[in-house]
Amino acid sequence: MKTFTANITVTLRRAILDVQGKAVENALHSLHMPGICDVRIGKHIELSIQAVDAEAASAQLREACDKLLTNPVMEDYHFTLNETAAVEAA
Amino acid sequence: MNIGVVTFPGSNCDADARHASALTGNTVHSLWHKDTALPSGLDVIILPGGFSYGDYLRTGAIARFSPIMTEVVRFANAGGLVFGICNGFQILCEAGLLPGALIRNQNLSFVCKDVFLRVENTDTPFTNVCSPGQVLRVPVAHGEGRYTASADVIKGLEDSAQVLYRYVTPAGQATDEANPNGSLNNIAGVTNASRNVMGLMPHPERACELLLGSDDGLTVFLSLARHCNVGMA
Repeated sequence: MKTFTANITVTLRRAILDVQGKAVENALHSLHMPGICDVRIGKHIELSIQAVDAEAASAQLREACDKLLTNPVMEDYHFTLNETAAVEAA
Repeated sequence: MNIGVVTFPGSNCDADARHASALTGNTVHSLWHKDTALPSGLDVIILPGGFSYGDYLRTGAIARFSPIMTEVVRFANAGGLVFGICNGFQILCEAGLLPGALIRNQNLSFVCKDVFLRVENTDTPFTNVCSPGQVLRVPVAHGEGRYTASADVIKGLEDSAQVLYRYVTPAGQATDEANPNGSLNNIAGVTNASRNVMGLMPHPERACELLLGSDDGLTVFLSLARHCNVGMA
């Protein structure tokens, strides 16, 4: 078994108006940063996952995202997966 | 009529739902989120308003996996009447018993006030005592009530008259000003294709006595009673 760290980013689907993102964008413009646009506010989820390999970890993670962590009606997600370096016994 | 009201950790309108159910002459059963069986002879299950599981992750996302929800889904799939109010509506969407989802209000504010609802379809177990186009006065209290779904799902709901209530002006006009949360097409309540599951963001159980400003919410409870009595005749 290997241990992986997953970083999952969840955002509202593009088709859905992100009102928080819009409010923050307006605030940035009022702070004289007109070049910043397309602000999207989402969620960041970190977790550890044990699996035989990266492929199995990805499969578990996709199941977790599809069943609980995100709602496909309103959200999209993507994730990165890194194997955690084994800590040597002292 | 036998009405079961589910209490999840964080439900806060369960007592109101039980009160309104009893007020309309029903036998009320308190159900707990950890129950794995339903009382026999139940006609209606109400998922009440509140903040189940603190609204963590997404509204309704965790409650949808409560043990009792397996039974609620089974009950609904067998044709039982299920009524989700506010957080209950959010749970029904997460559970896949109703289409769409409820997201952050367009103005980012929690909205707590009376709104006006136009009854769009009176041929359902939830609205049959109403007259077509009747306008009801009922309170809302939510931060995440903006109904959304893909364009084809919205079209399907509209085409098959599954939109049961719309936010309107007192005169019955579905304007942007009358929409408290930015819901698509001013949608306040929808039913499923077989019309035995309804979700409604406003709180009819809080508008069942004139002392509280309106008794228009009674129409839902009286419609359910009428439906069940006709069904049993």
